[in-house]
Amino acid sequence: MPEISLNVLDVAENSTRAGASLVTITIDADFTSDRLSIVIDDNGCGMTPQQVEQVTDPFFTSRTTRKVGLGVPFFKLAAESTGGSFTIRSEPGVGTTVTAVFVLSHIDRMPLGDINTTIHTLVIYHPDTDFVYRYRYNDRSFTLDTREFRQVLGDIPFASPEISAYIMDYLSENKLETDGGAQY
Amino acid sequence: MKTLEELKAIRERMQSQVSMRAEDHNHTRVVVGMATCGIASGARPVLTKLSGLVQERNLTDKISVTQTGCIGLCQYEPIVEVMEPGKPKVTYIKMTPDKAEEVLERHLIGGHVVEEYTLSAADIK
Repeated sequence: MPEISLNVLDVAENSTRAGASLVTITIDADFTSDRLSIVIDDNGCGMTPQQVEQVTDPFFTSRTTRKVGLGVPFFKLAAESTGGSFTIRSEPGVGTTVTAVFVLSHIDRMPLGDINTTIHTLVIYHPDTDFVYRYRYNDRSFTLDTREFRQVLGDIPFASPEISAYIMDYLSENKLETDGGAQY
Repeated sequence: MKTLEELKAIRERMQSQVSMRAEDHNHTRVVVGMATCGIASGARPVLTKLSGLVQERNLTDKISVTQTGCIGLCQYEPIVEVMEPGKPKVTYIKMTPDKAEEVLERHLIGGHVVEEYTLSAADIK
């Protein structure tokens, strides 16, 4: 994967597949501590301690279409190869929290990439899942909460062109105001 | 900061329009594989391109673009499947945003399958 945002897209997909009704994604870039923390938290079906252990093994998957499961191992390797860390906390029936911490200044850290499109894709293509997205850049931040959108919109689908465009604008304008267009 | 007020204004505008289309059986479904294999090989820009074009050209009442997981043909990702009512499914492989645009124009609008991009045209080993 060439971008961290693609890892986020991939791993958050697991949350929706786990039947989560709410997925919270936090991106926190803090240049003072030189850390980029990514937390994907869901209230899906969760995993047993044994499954948690297996999930970072590339040769384990719960799928039947193929024999490998590379999403989580990719994310783990990406974080750990920068001197960062990777943890999964999970409980059956409660949910799963995946935390990846990257060292921002490390030469092997891949760029965050197009995180707006990742969040937009998740929101638009999972109409039955709510997402809370928190983006923090040093001491500034903004939040997107699809529950608020839903309250305004009633049964108007997120995928309708006007709403889809609004959500993309919401992400790009607020991100720009938060990080001033920083590329990292 | 962009606010919810703008969203309310959009809602007001939309509610005055004719009600939304229902997904009927005349709908063409375009499905993009978005598992690890798809994403790693470039499915996200393909999905974004397709859904963008479908909206731009006002085709949303005829074509719905959705995503799916891995169908087990990881080496051929990004994969786009086209399901037209009453016709056999067409599987396009190794897609790019440019190829996707071509498929939209020649197949989804023009009605002719772009044979050279399909799985059946691939040299299967």
